[in-house]
Amino acid sequence: MLLSLEQVGKTYVSAGMPVEVLRGVDLCLGRGETVALTGESGSGKSTLLHLCAGLDRADRGHIEVAGHDLTAANDAALAALRRTAVGLVFQQFNLIPSLNVAANLAFQARLAGHEDDAWIKALADRLGLSDLLGRYPEQLSGGQQQRVAIGRTLAARPALILADEPTGNLDEATGDAVLDLMMELVAEAGAGLLMVTHSPRLAARLSRRVHLSGGRLAA
Amino acid sequence: MRRTALSALLSHWRRHPLQLVSLLLGLALATALWSGVQAINAEARASYDRAAQVLGQDRLEQLVPSDGQRFSQDVYVTLRRAGWIVSPVVEGRWFRAGHSVQVYGIDPFTAPQGTLPGAVQAGGGIVDFITPPGQAYAAPQTVADLAGQEGLPPLIAAEGMVPGILFTDIGIAQDLLRAPGRISRLLLAQGQPANRPPLAQIAPGLEPRAPQEQADVAQLTGSFHLNLTAFGFLSFAVGLFIVHSAIGLAFEQRRPMFRTLRALGLPLRTLVGLLAAEVMILALIAGLVGIALGYVIAAALLPDVAATLRGLYGATLSGGLSLRPSWWLGGLAIALAGAGVAAAQSLWRLWRLPLLAPAQPRAWARASARGLLRQGGLAAVLAGVAVLAGVFGQGIVAGFVLLGAMLISAALALPGALAVVLAGAERISRGVLAQWFWADTRQQLPGLSLALMALLLALSANIGVGTMVSSFRMTFTEWLDQRLPSELYVTARTEEEAARLRDWLTPRSDAILPIWKVEGPVLGQPAEIYGVADHRTYADNWPMLRAEPDVWQTLARGEGAIVNEQLWRRERLSLGDPVPLPGGVERPLVGVYSDYGNPRGQVIVGLADLVAQFPDLDRRRFAIRTDPAKVPELRAALVADFGLPQDSMIDQVTVKQISLMVFERTFAVTAALNVLTMGVAGLAMFTSLLTLSTMRLPQLAPVWALGLTRGRLARLELGRAMMLAALTMVLAIPVGLLLAWVLLAVVNVAAFGWRLPMHVFPGDWLWLGALALAAAGLAAAWPAWRLARIQPTELLKVFADER
Repeated sequence: MLLSLEQVGKTYVSAGMPVEVLRGVDLCLGRGETVALTGESGSGKSTLLHLCAGLDRADRGHIEVAGHDLTAANDAALAALRRTAVGLVFQQFNLIPSLNVAANLAFQARLAGHEDDAWIKALADRLGLSDLLGRYPEQLSGGQQQRVAIGRTLAARPALILADEPTGNLDEATGDAVLDLMMELVAEAGAGLLMVTHSPRLAARLSRRVHLSGGRLAA
Repeated sequence: MRRTALSALLSHWRRHPLQLVSLLLGLALATALWSGVQAINAEARASYDRAAQVLGQDRLEQLVPSDGQRFSQDVYVTLRRAGWIVSPVVEGRWFRAGHSVQVYGIDPFTAPQGTLPGAVQAGGGIVDFITPPGQAYAAPQTVADLAGQEGLPPLIAAEGMVPGILFTDIGIAQDLLRAPGRISRLLLAQGQPANRPPLAQIAPGLEPRAPQEQADVAQLTGSFHLNLTAFGFLSFAVGLFIVHSAIGLAFEQRRPMFRTLRALGLPLRTLVGLLAAEVMILALIAGLVGIALGYVIAAALLPDVAATLRGLYGATLSGGLSLRPSWWLGGLAIALAGAGVAAAQSLWRLWRLPLLAPAQPRAWARASARGLLRQGGLAAVLAGVAVLAGVFGQGIVAGFVLLGAMLISAALALPGALAVVLAGAERISRGVLAQWFWADTRQQLPGLSLALMALLLALSANIGVGTMVSSFRMTFTEWLDQRLPSELYVTARTEEEAARLRDWLTPRSDAILPIWKVEGPVLGQPAEIYGVADHRTYADNWPMLRAEPDVWQTLARGEGAIVNEQLWRRERLSLGDPVPLPGGVERPLVGVYSDYGNPRGQVIVGLADLVAQFPDLDRRRFAIRTDPAKVPELRAALVADFGLPQDSMIDQVTVKQISLMVFERTFAVTAALNVLTMGVAGLAMFTSLLTLSTMRLPQLAPVWALGLTRGRLARLELGRAMMLAALTMVLAIPVGLLLAWVLLAVVNVAAFGWRLPMHVFPGDWLWLGALALAAAGLAAAWPAWRLARIQPTELLKVFADER
């Protein structure tokens, strides 16, 4: 199993009051599987994604990614897991502004220590970025930046891809094209994808959909 | 992983070269000013150390006269006969034609092993050395300075010798110093025979003196070097503001990158380590540049410092500047330490930063009332420290603690004070644009506060030091008029000539006032003891600070002594206290006079009293009172009738000119450091405004969209910078005046022993204010010009990026 969550709970303190965002979430995701995570704003979708990526820690329950127990892992182990096994696609792209497209694309693969130039070149071609390799993020449109962010994630060949509304900033046609590509590449690499989305249309295109409401998941 | 992450971190500088330049320049300038001052100090210390080693006085015991006067060489013969292994030395200053040199006369046959400079020992030709006209060894620089001077033995340049001194045979030196048969002290060889008779029995006028590790001059000049160090440190601190600002900004701008790097799997420890390494690498580069610049600054300032030390203390520095490892390693260390201090806060924040914290550049450009309050609290604490140091502190260190605490306190309080002023302006402003202007300015304060604090420090230092120097100049000029009332000063070549001159001058002048003095220990420190004639010149002119009635008559009767301010303060004397003179006589203190520019204690007694105590004193110098119009005629007559060389006479005007020149050179270094510090503060303003301007677009774009032209926005930005500089200048005036008061009433008293009255010079403030406005205007001009020319598409991006 690529991702496994058991009775995961998370409580935040907001304005001095505890707010229980997740109340015992269970979820499993296998290789080649694509799962859409939907829910209303503030329902805890991003929090759940952050817990799966080891960016935040659960208060209760158990999380396992690619055989690694996140609950017991220290910061260094979590960082290593993010480097090697997990790929994150952020809603805000989070590209490195001082690096050009080519360097951004290769960045995570280099960080993980397995850069594959041919694979990165192929990714750039398929994402339509080949002519933009020398540009800097500030010189790109939102859609182009999002494609670079997806390419950066896929270049490292992660086992698990966690995407937070990756097409939220794109028009429908571009969003569809990007999702097509992502699913294609996930299938080729035998990876797993957990994608947060507000769009029922996009959610329907993934192999499974789970809905977060009241801090619990419903299929 | 580390290489990839480091390349991403460093790529920031590639994209922001100006920021990199400002960081490197700030640190390089800070290091340069600090290490330049340190280079000068190191050079001076090395000179003093070499001076301390002259004749092995740093390791050999000596026999010195208890009254400080030269004694007969018969005493030496008696001691040798009694079995004491001693070697005679005569020393003194040789003056001629505006040149002077310290002469050491030695006996090459009895001088202990290793006491003579290598060149003298290796020179060979002992017969030439001891036979008239003899030979004199000196540093090449000194030989060059004395070239062509009559009356000196042939000079031989010897490398490695201390400049400003001359070694020759004791007999030759006795002639040069006009001290036949007299010696100054005796060197005691190590390993004296055990059964020799006690000193008190055979030479009761002598006393043993332990080896001295420090030359007298090193002790005298300590305060001067401390002053220089303090100024260097102030410049360094101002430079650090730039570094802190540039590093803080670079960290804030890269916060999103840090979050991304960590999200992509870079461990926090590695990230912090890489950033620390990055800062250290940059500090190393800037440090090396700074040391090179510091060398240039030191080389440029050294002649002025050397002139100051020579003028004030008679200390001679070698003209060249050496690259001492201790100095450049110290410079690098201070650059690294400075960058470390400047980066520590940012690194600590990053260490504590939660991974999921908002990635937008944070409070850097956002007002933080709590931060201002905290800073204000720290300012209050430091102000308390300053008050405590002022009330309870003693000495120069307490003076500098007071100065440092006061300046830092004022700098820390500045953003809060400006925020209060701006909030007040916002409340009373009516128009919508004016309200936006004041509110927006207040929001810019945290981003600009470091630069404004640097500006405050530089302006305060300028006002404070400027006030001190101008007060000093005014007082010194008046004092010179009082202290140099005589129209002509003459030094005869021999005592007989002096007697003949006095006879000749008596009918041709209003008065002849002998300037006779001896040197010797007073209250444990070297001092000069002058005798003063009974003449109304002194009663009319002498700059007395306090005196008993009929002070001059009391001196004339030989019933009292007056001392200079530095001796009076150092020994905390009161009128009526006994003043012990060399030789054991005491006179009650009847007055205190100001004596600026003299580091040593000075005592004045009646002339007859002095001659009675020291019958062997040098009687060749005297001052002449006459009609100033007759001075040229008198000089010509003295040359024609007595063959007196021109350089044996000096008129009042020339003495004053020389004194003022020494004064101006003394403060030339201070003025140069002042200008450099202002330059550094101007640069801090420029870099802060430039970097802020890149972060200003989200705040300016909506105002532009609402109908303000880019040109008008640019003018407002320019006006804002100048208004903040003007406010800072206004606040700097009281801080600067306080600084001047501390310098005049605390530091000067502790460092030099004299206190000066404070005068204020509002005209200088206007000039400085104009300079500050010009600096701020220049600093803001480029960012404002860029804003005026910015493409609308750039402004529209602000809205496009909003989500």
